[in-house]
Amino acid sequence: MKRIPIARTLVSIFFVGLLLVPIIVRRLSGRQVAAQTKLDTKAALANHGFYLTEVSHAAGIDFVHQGPTLDSKLAAIMPEVASMGASVSIVDFDRDGWPDIYVTNSAEGSKNRLYRNMHDGTFKDVAEELGIADVNQAGTGVSMGSVWGDYDNDGYEDLYLVKWGRPELFHNDHGHGFTRVSEQAGLPPWINANTAVWFDYDGDGLLDLFVGGYYPEDVDLWHLKSTRMMPNSFEYANNGGRKYLFHNLGNGRFEEVSAKVGIDSRRWALAAAAADLRGTGHPDLFVANDYGVSELYLNDGKRFHEAGAQTGVGFAPKSGMNVAFGDIFNQGKYAVYVSNISEDGVLIQGNNLWVPREGMNGNSIKYENMARDMGVELGGWSFGAQFGDLNNDGTLDLYLTNGYVSLNRKKSYWYDFTKISGGNSTIIGDAKNWPGMDGRSLSGYQQKHLWLNDGAGKFIDVAQSVGVTDTYDGRAVALADLWNNGALDVVVANQRGPLLIYKNTVSPDEQWIEFQLEGTKSNRSAIGAQVALWWNGQKQIQEVSGGSGFSAQNDRRLHFGLGKNPQIEKAVIRWPSGRVQTLDSLVSGKLYKIEEPE
Amino acid sequence: MSHLAIAAPVPPGKNAGWRQMFSLDNRFMPPLLITLILLVGNVSFGILESYQKTLLAIVSSMVAELILGRIFLHKWPHLASAYITGISVGILLRSPFFWPYALCSLLAITSKYVLRVKGRHIWNPSNFGISAMVFLAAESVATLSIQWGNNLGAMLVIWLLGSVIIWRLRRFHICAVYVISFIALAFLRTWITGDPLLSEISPITGPEYQLFIFFMITDPKTTVRSKKGQCIVAFAVAVVEMLLRLDQSVYAPFYALFMVGPIALLVEMWLNSRRISGSATTVNP
Repeated sequence: MKRIPIARTLVSIFFVGLLLVPIIVRRLSGRQVAAQTKLDTKAALANHGFYLTEVSHAAGIDFVHQGPTLDSKLAAIMPEVASMGASVSIVDFDRDGWPDIYVTNSAEGSKNRLYRNMHDGTFKDVAEELGIADVNQAGTGVSMGSVWGDYDNDGYEDLYLVKWGRPELFHNDHGHGFTRVSEQAGLPPWINANTAVWFDYDGDGLLDLFVGGYYPEDVDLWHLKSTRMMPNSFEYANNGGRKYLFHNLGNGRFEEVSAKVGIDSRRWALAAAAADLRGTGHPDLFVANDYGVSELYLNDGKRFHEAGAQTGVGFAPKSGMNVAFGDIFNQGKYAVYVSNISEDGVLIQGNNLWVPREGMNGNSIKYENMARDMGVELGGWSFGAQFGDLNNDGTLDLYLTNGYVSLNRKKSYWYDFTKISGGNSTIIGDAKNWPGMDGRSLSGYQQKHLWLNDGAGKFIDVAQSVGVTDTYDGRAVALADLWNNGALDVVVANQRGPLLIYKNTVSPDEQWIEFQLEGTKSNRSAIGAQVALWWNGQKQIQEVSGGSGFSAQNDRRLHFGLGKNPQIEKAVIRWPSGRVQTLDSLVSGKLYKIEEPE
Repeated sequence: MSHLAIAAPVPPGKNAGWRQMFSLDNRFMPPLLITLILLVGNVSFGILESYQKTLLAIVSSMVAELILGRIFLHKWPHLASAYITGISVGILLRSPFFWPYALCSLLAITSKYVLRVKGRHIWNPSNFGISAMVFLAAESVATLSIQWGNNLGAMLVIWLLGSVIIWRLRRFHICAVYVISFIALAFLRTWITGDPLLSEISPITGPEYQLFIFFMITDPKTTVRSKKGQCIVAFAVAVVEMLLRLDQSVYAPFYALFMVGPIALLVEMWLNSRRISGSATTVNP
């Protein structure tokens, strides 16, 4: 007789227990907002092997990015549509052996900066005198990013300026100035792009250029003919800008060959990067698209075959904003990190860490998303990220910046954003249907992430405890050994915020080695050259990149952390020409300058 | 989102014979519809991040139903409603973790057996589960974010198919009242907020609302009995939702049903008890 009342009591207790589970999980996971604490450098060195100090002001850099002001028809949602443009690229433009920094500005009439490394920890802006500052004049569009590559193999890195507007190519005149050669090169009059990559897709020793359109190229964002210029879907938009592949003809001119070689997409590209993902000797092209799936263009040396769905990276649509490659397991294979959006309680896309499946390579390569398992899935409204061994322990770590629009801290635009984003394409495709932002934030003031690779399959976020405490609207991240001291420093470009230079101090016990490559038969920038380093029974590969992350380019020099007491066996360089070079007798703590053997 | 099939069988008519031959038992229609939505959505748009999570939600839901049904009803329950609850949780819930899928399903099914008044459970199970999760575990879960590609064709197919099935189950009036109320109140909201009208109408064109309308607000077990009452409740849900929307609540429809549904049932029970006691008084002076 008493069976049901007793059962009901027990089930009621069970029910209350279920309701308490989220609270218990929250406490156990310790996922609380970390308090901003004063950096304890000794503890950071002892616990993590490094710490970062933000030194931009001391280094003579007081750059604050300015955003564009687009057509007044977009005024209600201006903070959102004008939310990109802060970028950073690292280049040794004058070949003095010290990395310099180029940053873009995006207000009409604003000026970009080229910070020359003065070798003493300070930087000096020389963009104006060298002719690459005043590039955002009204009527020509504004800067969104930059990538450097020596397209004419004269030994000096040239500049391609990514714009919403008139794309620009600047020839580097032996480090003494830049000459605008956009028309001679054959660039189109207008592209609304956020990403570009230098790479030699056909292995002819000349750098080619991929440019990924975001808004359609017939849209002038300052003089809109119609407000129907927004994506026609939040997940499957196919009304974005076209893609360009400029094949380098070798005479200072480029031929646009995208359709001819199999690249034909109107997704909304935000990030792209190229690397030899399958060990074929040909660089493949990975494109992360906003409002849709990623695309992976497999390269057979002449043509590309889009294999996003086939390889697993292009099935679930998200908001792709970053492409970075890293051999995170020291197994000689690249994982790909694609950033997306996660906002507690509203939208949890999760970032993707695409890891190649065991035993699959070549055309059968397949990826699985390990972001959750490895702890790098949730990063807020994520933008730029880069892999690099920040504590020189021998494994690649991951730095991620984030934050979309930081305005009123107490008012959020998320409700209105979800209201419109779930709707039909005819509604969301027209900007006039979008509710006004009215000074509200959208995933603003977010804490950054610096995930240390523990070498055992997990990444641990240590950002706060090693000194990364900013909450600006981060966009681009670039890594470089700015002080030439064997530590990777971090440069972060923030939208409508300051350029941050995080100087890295690494425990002296942790060793390193760096390589600066120069092609002869291959393109002189050596973009696409891969170094495989064997030490202490492990192997790591890295490749010289012509642009990666979000609107960013790391230093072309390759930096390997080696951990304590390293025994370096050898380094094998595979040049884009196919030549393979083996280096023995290497010692740690040195930068090796290697020229491709004739 | 669960019991469409259990009530409202098709009444026999003069064509009942051939109808029966060519039609499925009504109790299988909603599970079939939601399975179709799941499969079409996932094959064409990849709405599921993983089959494992959806499977976990379904299995958790069905196992809980079997155990609790056996304990409280002394029989093995029909699993159609638990299946729909599980699959709804699998579609609607978004989380990078596995535990919320199991927890949400368990909460939904257990609520049916724990939160009862005079033998009736008063919350729609999956509405209870989803609302509890987005309220209590906001840092771990969200609801469906993929929008069928914001595609008009996919939207029309689901609306058409859903409407036919709901019509057949004689609950179309609930959907109609809710949709008309939502659109009418969108005019009011846009007048109050100054936001574009289409932005106020926009949510109802998404898949979340398709599931909400066809599987939650029409649930026979947690809606009032009379047709007029059902229409009033549907309108009340839309009104409360509007108020929540004016307060910028992202999960306004779920919370509105969470609030209005049980109140409506309690009012109905109270009215019924008054009527019964009134009749008893008349019969036995």
